[in-house]
Amino acid sequence: MELQDCPPDEAGAGAHARGEPAVALGGIDITFHLADGGRYQAVKGIDLKVFPGEFVSIVGPTGCGKSTLLNAAAGLLAPSTGRVDIFGKPLVGLNRRAGYLFQQDALMPWKTALENVKVALEPMGVSDKEAGERAREWLARVGLRSFVDRYPHMLSGGQRKRVSLAQMLIRNPEILLMDEPFGPLDAQTRQIMGNLLLDLWSRDRKALMFVTHDLEEAIALSDRVVVMSAGPAAGIVADYKVTLPRPRDIADIRLEKAFHEIHRDIWTSLKVEVQKAYAMGEGRELVGGDAA
Amino acid sequence: MKRIKLLSLQILVMLVFLAVWHVVTTTSLFGDVKTMQFFFSTPTAVLTRTFKQLTSGDIYWHLGITLTETVLAFVIGSAAGILFGFAFARRELLSAVFDPYIKAANALPRVVLAPIFALWFGLGIWSKVALGFTLVFFIVFFNVYQGVREVSPTILANARMLGMNERQLFKHVYWPSALTWMFSSLHTSVGFALVGAVVGEYLGSSAGLGYKIHEAESVFDVTGVFSGMLILAIFVIVIDTLVTLVEKRLLVWRPVQSSTTVA
Repeated sequence: MELQDCPPDEAGAGAHARGEPAVALGGIDITFHLADGGRYQAVKGIDLKVFPGEFVSIVGPTGCGKSTLLNAAAGLLAPSTGRVDIFGKPLVGLNRRAGYLFQQDALMPWKTALENVKVALEPMGVSDKEAGERAREWLARVGLRSFVDRYPHMLSGGQRKRVSLAQMLIRNPEILLMDEPFGPLDAQTRQIMGNLLLDLWSRDRKALMFVTHDLEEAIALSDRVVVMSAGPAAGIVADYKVTLPRPRDIADIRLEKAFHEIHRDIWTSLKVEVQKAYAMGEGRELVGGDAA
Repeated sequence: MKRIKLLSLQILVMLVFLAVWHVVTTTSLFGDVKTMQFFFSTPTAVLTRTFKQLTSGDIYWHLGITLTETVLAFVIGSAAGILFGFAFARRELLSAVFDPYIKAANALPRVVLAPIFALWFGLGIWSKVALGFTLVFFIVFFNVYQGVREVSPTILANARMLGMNERQLFKHVYWPSALTWMFSSLHTSVGFALVGAVVGEYLGSSAGLGYKIHEAESVFDVTGVFSGMLILAIFVIVIDTLVTLVEKRLLVWRPVQSSTTVA
């Protein structure tokens, strides 16, 4: 707690810097009030700390409240009980120090790729000219140099994700939150995007919470993999360290022996939850389908 | 190739129509030629009259009046529609309280208001603008309301996470979304502004296209009525083409162009 006034940039400078957690969820319960008057408890008693420089993936069966947790860290959703601390300070309202990459298309369809990235700098008071230059730079960095003037509907799913990535990263947030960002993409595009993400992330190593249902993707990308139980009232059942060396190529790393070992380990705990979720499948879909 | 074929078929339809009209009114196959011409005039007479009117200056003054009324009704109606659309979409209570009244007002056939507007605003252009306003307002209002309400929650959440304040959200998210909906109804609202103007003129005025048609009607000048209708149709096509151009320019970011041609 004495680190409270320490600038987070410095705390996150070293790859393995610990100190104050960037995100600390303490005893989080989240209950939804359903339209028919009922209640659905999505997550219960969640304790999770993500430190600066750490890439943490959250895996679990569908509908276990992974995204709910991310929304709580973003301040888009207030937990029913428990606390969210961002760099040691309780979170009030939206998390201004975080960037969020959504699963669905979140680009403004009436703006070109360039305008979409540029607009992210407007709330920070950057001048129009400088914002334009920086947006071009970022679009080049995500490989869209010649697509700056395209509207979202003229871009492929992978290209739109690249624009979203640039839009998020141009603000240089200290915490990155990603909700199954590559979910809607095909397998090959996912790998390319995964490598791009690792490449961008490894330059300055922000705290990153990555929600996915793909265990292989989680292991290939992360430093830690957190396994959540099946909902309702989902909790954290396991927390694994991934010690595979970096830099990684997420296509190649899947072929390594160490990868298989850790995959087997995590899968043993994840499998139980997935089976539970399947067993409850239909009942849960009815009450908590949108709590995913 | 396809275009030429389509165009020639379209012209063919017109020629067949004119031919049938001509045969009906200039031969005694369907009855007395004089009676038929009294009721239906003849295509040559209508075309000649139209040509004469379009080459003399007088009609342009009337067209100018109608155009002024249309534009004023559209601009004022749209501005009010946008204002109220936004207010109602952002204030839950306001829309809940006024919902039945808005529905009732919208269900009212606006033509019944024309005499009252003539009483309130006189026989000049403003009673026609008022009539057009009542038609345009509701179309724009409902579309803007819908546009603001139906902003994708993901786009909104994303914009919030980017740190936008209310003013920036309005500028980058709500406003463009509302405009999209409004532009998608541009043809309808411009069309209704014109309907308001012409109907208003028809029911009581001393100038405009509606007045010209009414004037011809009151002396049983069928040729004059048809010629007025033809000029009105040409006028509508010109305006609609302009609207399509504006729409294409403004909605360039949209994947599918849905432009309905009234022509």
